Amino acid sequence: MIVSLRRHWRRATLCAVVFLVYVFILTPVIFVSWISFFSNEIVSFPPEGYTLRWFANVWEQRVFARGFVMSLQVAAIATVLGVSLGTLASIAIVRYRFPGRETLNMLLLSPLIVPGTVAGTALYIFYIAVDDALEWRLQATLEGLVLAHVMLTIPWTVRLVTASLVGIDRSVEDAAMNLGANRWTTFRRVTFPMMRAGLVAAALFSFITSFENLELSLLLVGPGRTTLPIAILQYLEFKVDPTIAAVSFVQILLIGTLMLITDRFVKLSRVV
Amino acid sequence: MSQVSLRRLVKRFGAVKAVDDVTLDVREGELVALLGPSGCGKTTTLRMIAGFIAATEGQILIGDRDVTHLPPYRRNTGMVFQGYALFPHMTVAQNVAFGLEMRKVAKADIAPRVAEALRLVRLDGLGERMPRQLSGGQQQRVALARALVIRPEVFLLDEPLSNLDAKLRLSVRVEIRQLQQSLGLTTVFVTHDQEEALTLADRLVVMSQGSVQQIGTPEALYERPANHFVADFIGRSNFLEGRVTAPGMFRTRGGLDVAFADTGASPRDAGVLAIRPEKVQVGGEAGPNRFPGTIEFVTYLGAATELRVRLASGEAVAVTRPNDTPAGDGAVAARAAMPGQPVTVSWPPAAALLLAPPAA
Ligand SMILES: Nc1ncnc2c1ncn2[C@@H]1O[C@H](COP(=O)(O)OP(=O)(O)O)[C@@H](O)[C@H]1O
Ligand SMILES: [Mg+2]
Repeated sequence: MIVSLRRHWRRATLCAVVFLVYVFILTPVIFVSWISFFSNEIVSFPPEGYTLRWFANVWEQRVFARGFVMSLQVAAIATVLGVSLGTLASIAIVRYRFPGRETLNMLLLSPLIVPGTVAGTALYIFYIAVDDALEWRLQATLEGLVLAHVMLTIPWTVRLVTASLVGIDRSVEDAAMNLGANRWTTFRRVTFPMMRAGLVAAALFSFITSFENLELSLLLVGPGRTTLPIAILQYLEFKVDPTIAAVSFVQILLIGTLMLITDRFVKLSRVV
Repeated sequence: MSQVSLRRLVKRFGAVKAVDDVTLDVREGELVALLGPSGCGKTTTLRMIAGFIAATEGQILIGDRDVTHLPPYRRNTGMVFQGYALFPHMTVAQNVAFGLEMRKVAKADIAPRVAEALRLVRLDGLGERMPRQLSGGQQQRVALARALVIRPEVFLLDEPLSNLDAKLRLSVRVEIRQLQQSLGLTTVFVTHDQEEALTLADRLVVMSQGSVQQIGTPEALYERPANHFVADFIGRSNFLEGRVTAPGMFRTRGGLDVAFADTGASPRDAGVLAIRPEKVQVGGEAGPNRFPGTIEFVTYLGAATELRVRLASGEAVAVTRPNDTPAGDGAVAARAAMPGQPVTVSWPPAAALLLAPPAA
């Protein structure tokens, strides 16, 4: 009796905590989405009415469209490069024993823990130094920005792909070789498909991380090469109206759709 | 099918000698079981035959081809792995077809051969399933079909039954044996289960700490173990330590004078007598090797009863007696053994085997 009551309480507490966490996470998303339809320019509750004109404004402000394209471009290139390099690194870390393996692993994960502004400043100084020494201009160029984002995306790939590689039973690869597949065929037909879920998740998280990065990009973009988060920040500097909410809403939709599509191919809850 | 020869095979992992000078010939169509306790080097030996582990020294021949330095995909062995190692992202049919695709078998021939292989392991109609949708026993059979469909020169199995429950293990064991015999497969089978090895194999290779202890038929190993390890590992034995006093006579530490079958090849000095518990009699008519003692312990084993008898010399001997008379029989009740009961045990000289003392 007492035991079952206690169990009941425990369950109730758990449900309450879960509910609160969800509220905490979803409230900003819901409010941003809601505000983007408010008709009044100065945000106040309750709204005077609803309108779509902020979305029109997003379209008219070419900075957003250009920032969007720029972010898309940077995120796409950085994801491809980051996932490729990160995957190779993961294979080395999981499959080979060499001195400094642990250190390499830590090093590749470290961008996750270094604050973006710190890393941005460091890269800024580094890029200037590279320019001085090699006459290779990285600061305020697309290459520089992409390289910085590659650094951001690698930890995600290393974490997710390493996890999926560790989960692969090596004897399955042995079986393929036993049946006549050479190393490359074994990788292509067996290893790769088995780590696909991890790769897809890695690509998704890399893309999102790059797409919404502000701190690092802020220090590295050049004139006329603004990413979407920076465009939003710059707009905010002189104007606060629901346009920002509308941009954010579009971005939430985009990332949400991306996750849903991905989830259809690999169950993200199982990979992450 | 071809024969397999291992010539003085050695594998070192750093300082560990996992396989130590193994020489073995597996004849065409023969099933040889590698048997030994965990860590004795069975898997390492098998994986060297398959080509997953490079031999440190020695030679491996399949047929008359030296494959010692060939990668696994050039060796044409068919291996069944302990955990089956099915490709989780392929259907059953795709799993079985994989080896045929690698051999560039014409597309039109693949489907019939896959179907035939699945029929062979009684999985017809399950070709479109994914491995995870099958039971353990069915996955096991897919692994068999996948290894056999390529018509390998050698069939390799690493503890293929250890993940099955006891009932299934028995029936799959029979199936594997029938398949192996009907296809005439040259087979190397790894197991740590002596019963499995004894019932399945044409010949057994008993291994310990990387080296071969004895090679022989199940009967030879059981009846004529070459050393203390084999006598102890295959079946059960009573061991009496002591020394040879005269040809065919042995004095135990406790002072028993035991007659044994002297083969002339036996050690002359200190040694161990090995006596199977079922060859020891309780009571019995007059003859050599009769010793008084007291029943210390009785264990009912179903088909047999085991008695532990403490001899007057202080040594203990285990005796098994078949429970071959119906329960409730008066004669049985009369013979019923009770702890504390004085008895005489005896065994024929031929049942006592003289072996070298175990390595300390
Ligand atoms: N890759 C390896 N590296 C180091 N030692 C190993 C390796 N593989 C096996 N061993 C060692 O070799 C010995 C034999 O192993 P194994 O062949 O797996 O035994 P079994 O299959 O008979 O249980 C063991 O002592 C094991 O620890
Ligand atoms: Mg093993």
